Amino acid sequence: MDTVYLLDLFKKLLGGLPLTLNLAVFALLGGFAIALLLNLLRTTRIGNAVAGTYIFFFRGTPLLVQLFMIYFGLAQFEFVRSSFLWPLLREPYWCGLIALMLNDAAYTAEILRGGLRAVPRGAQEAARVSGMSRLQILRRVTLPIAVRQALPAYSNEIISMLKSTALVSMISLMDVTGIAREAVAETWRAVEIFLCAGLIYLVLSLIITRATSWAERALSPWQFGARQ
Amino acid sequence: MFKITRALAGAAFSATLLAVSAASADVTDRTIVIATEGSFPPSNMTRPNGELYGFEIDLVNEIAERQGLKVEMISQAWDGMIQGLIDGKYDAIVDGVSITEARKEVVDFTHNYTTGGSTFVVMNASGIDLPMDGEVAQLDDPESIGPAVDAVVEVLAGKTVGVQQATIQSAFLEKYLEDRDVTVRTYPNGPDVYQDLSVGRIDAGIASVTNVPAFLEKNADTASATGPIFIGGVMGAGSGLAVQKGDAELQAALNAGLESMVADGTLAELSKKWFGLVVTPQQY
Repeated sequence: MDTVYLLDLFKKLLGGLPLTLNLAVFALLGGFAIALLLNLLRTTRIGNAVAGTYIFFFRGTPLLVQLFMIYFGLAQFEFVRSSFLWPLLREPYWCGLIALMLNDAAYTAEILRGGLRAVPRGAQEAARVSGMSRLQILRRVTLPIAVRQALPAYSNEIISMLKSTALVSMISLMDVTGIAREAVAETWRAVEIFLCAGLIYLVLSLIITRATSWAERALSPWQFGARQ
Repeated sequence: MFKITRALAGAAFSATLLAVSAASADVTDRTIVIATEGSFPPSNMTRPNGELYGFEIDLVNEIAERQGLKVEMISQAWDGMIQGLIDGKYDAIVDGVSITEARKEVVDFTHNYTTGGSTFVVMNASGIDLPMDGEVAQLDDPESIGPAVDAVVEVLAGKTVGVQQATIQSAFLEKYLEDRDVTVRTYPNGPDVYQDLSVGRIDAGIASVTNVPAFLEKNADTASATGPIFIGGVMGAGSGLAVQKGDAELQAALNAGLESMVADGTLAELSKKWFGLVVTPQQY
C-alpha cells in the first residue's frame, strides 16, 4: 500500500465532503417539509389523492431517472429555458438538490404517516377537551409523538439519502463520489479510490446511527430504564 | 505529477507481466477483441440494434481484412477502458485514444491514424467568438501557445467550459485555463458536454476536431467551432490504437495495416467519408 498516495487521495476526496453533506442536509430538510405538507393534504379527499399520486410516482421510479428527468429532460423544453426557473435549473447543484428533495419527500411522507397513525386517539381527544386548537394539538401532541414513533424508520431514510447523494456525480457535480470517479478515470486505481470513498460514507453513516440512537433514548428515557 | 507517475509505473509493471502470457499465441490464430465506446461520433457509434459503426469500425475492419485478423469489437465505458486493457479484458482499444507520454507508460500504441488537434465549440446565440479561428497553436512551442491562450482567456474569463473527464482536453484546461478565471466543468460522458452546451448550461465546450464535426453537422445553424486548434504537448500526437504493453506482434500487424492504408490512400478516403475532411496522416 502506497500510504503517501492514500493520504493525498483522502484529502482530495474530503474536498467533496462539504457538497455531499450540503446536499444531504438540505434534501432532508426540504424533503421533511414537503412530507409534512403531503400528510396535511391527506386529511382532505382530493388532497389524499394528490399525495397518493405523488408518492406513487416518486417511490415507483429510480432516483437516477428522476435526476436525469430534471437535469436533462426539463432543459429540452424552450419554455423551461426561458422561464424564471431556468437560473435555478441551469445549475447542476439545484437540479441535484431538487431531485433528492422530491424523492426524499415521498419516502419521508410514508414514514411520517406511519408515525401519525401510531399517535393514540386518546391523547388527541384529551388535548381537545383541554381546549387546545387544532394547530396546538398538532404542535404539542400529535407531531412530537409521531416524530418519535417514526424516528427508527427515519434514521434509515437519513442514511439512505446520504448515500443517494452519490448519484449527483452523474450530472457533473464534484461530491465525494464525483471526485472519486474523476480520480479513477485519471489514475485507473479503482480499488484504492473507491475503498477510500466508501470509508468516508461508512464513517458518516456511523455518526448518523449513533446520533439517532442517542435521540431515541433522549426522547423516551422511560423505555431505556430511566426513572420517570 | 510525481504521484501520478508512480501510479502509472506500478500499473506498467503489472501490465508487462500480463502481456507476456497474452502475446504468446500467434496473432492470426486468436480472436482479437477490440474495445470501443460506441458513443463517440463519427469515430464510433452504436445503431439502435446495438451494432457498432463509424470511422474506427471501418478502419479496424479494413486492417483486419488486410492482415487476416479475426476481430471482435465490444462496447465499453470510457472511464476504466484503459485499465481494462491493462487487466487483459481485451486486446486493443480503438476509441480516439490520443497518444500521450503518460499513457505510453502503461500501454503501447500503433501509429497515429488521426493527426489530432482540439477546438472550442460554442452556440452562436451565446455571442461568444474566439479569435484565431482555425490557426494551429502548438503546445510544445511557448511562442505559439502563449499568445493563443492569452487570446482565448480574454474571451472566456468568467465563463464556464465543459469537457469530458480524464481526456487530453481536460488536462489542457487544467494546465492552461483553470487558474485564469475560467471555470471548468467535467463530465463522465462525452455527449453530456454537447447536451449542456446546447441548452446553455456551459458557455463553451472543448473536444477533438474529429469529434466536433458530428455535433456541428446536427446543429449547423446554431453552433460553431471557434478559436485556435491546439496540438502537441498534453494534447498528444493524434489517436492510435492502444494494445497491451509488450504485445509487439499485434502492434506490428495493426501498424502494417495502417501503413498500407496510408500508402494507397484508403485511410484518407475513410476520413473524407466520415469527417468530410482529411484528418489522417498522409505518410508515416
